[in-house]
Amino acid sequence: MTSLASSLSLGHFLALGAALFCISVAGIFLNRKNVIVLLMCIELMLLAVNINFVAFSRQLGDAARQVFVFFILTVAAAEAAIGLAILVTLFRNRRTIDVADIDTLKG
Amino acid sequence: MDYPLLAFYAFAAAAVMSAVAVISVRNPVQAALFLVLTFFTVACTWILAGAEFLGIALVLVYVGAVMVLFLFVVMMLDIDIARIREGYVRYLPVGLLVAVAMLVEMLVLIGIRARIAVPFGENVAMAANQGDVPNTTWLARALFTDFLLPFEVAAVILTIAVVAAVMLTLRRSVGTKHQDPAAQSRVRAGDRLRMVRMEAVRPIPATAPAEETKP
Repeated sequence: MTSLASSLSLGHFLALGAALFCISVAGIFLNRKNVIVLLMCIELMLLAVNINFVAFSRQLGDAARQVFVFFILTVAAAEAAIGLAILVTLFRNRRTIDVADIDTLKG
Repeated sequence: MDYPLLAFYAFAAAAVMSAVAVISVRNPVQAALFLVLTFFTVACTWILAGAEFLGIALVLVYVGAVMVLFLFVVMMLDIDIARIREGYVRYLPVGLLVAVAMLVEMLVLIGIRARIAVPFGENVAMAANQGDVPNTTWLARALFTDFLLPFEVAAVILTIAVVAAVMLTLRRSVGTKHQDPAAQSRVRAGDRLRMVRMEAVRPIPATAPAEETKP
């Protein structure tokens, strides 16, 4: 790896991760009716966590954290695939993906 | 201010702005495209931090596969955008309040000023552990030795996800002929062949006398 000897440091990356995480939390609050944007916000949250992992891997010189990012990417991809499949099935059955209309389990 | 730091600030600003755009644009297709931009800029910051393999993997896996999947689904579904946006203004104050409070708390916890004090270039742990090995080699050594079993489990998880996604969206259309392997292997001779006991003589047609008298 090229050693980018700069004043770039752990704090920059942690701040970026925190900012992205809070934006996605706000997105979950704001777009409560749109399941697709909710899924996108969850992806954004996982990305924010991954930024922290990468930064700490650089700081501590440990490959295990980057391996964890790899696994989080795997699980996020699986989650997105299954979530979108559920969404497609839901839309096919109910003709809507509005969260307010999906209350069958409420009884 | 050297070049990597300037580049990081530019990438971080682009990532934050496009993330804000993801949660605030009206059209889900535009939201997906802004999410692509977010992922790409974050991949750039990872490459700045030296995680080259993960940066490229993020672009390949997310921008190449997951976001295309999102776009496909968004375009396939017929969504009433106006209906789905109602409530946005109502939740705006509480959403902003919670997000800003969380951000301030996290930034206080991080203590950015203290963390910025030791730049990546000066810490010795990285150089001691990694040496001159390229990032991909370094990652692969950990992945295929200590984390071999989790790696295989991740492969199984992906396979199960593919099977689950296909099974969830599979629709048996009426009229097409499918093979049913379970029924094929369950079949017995009695299901296919019916033995009929009958006399070895030609049966006399019941209508024969009626036809003779007609002409």
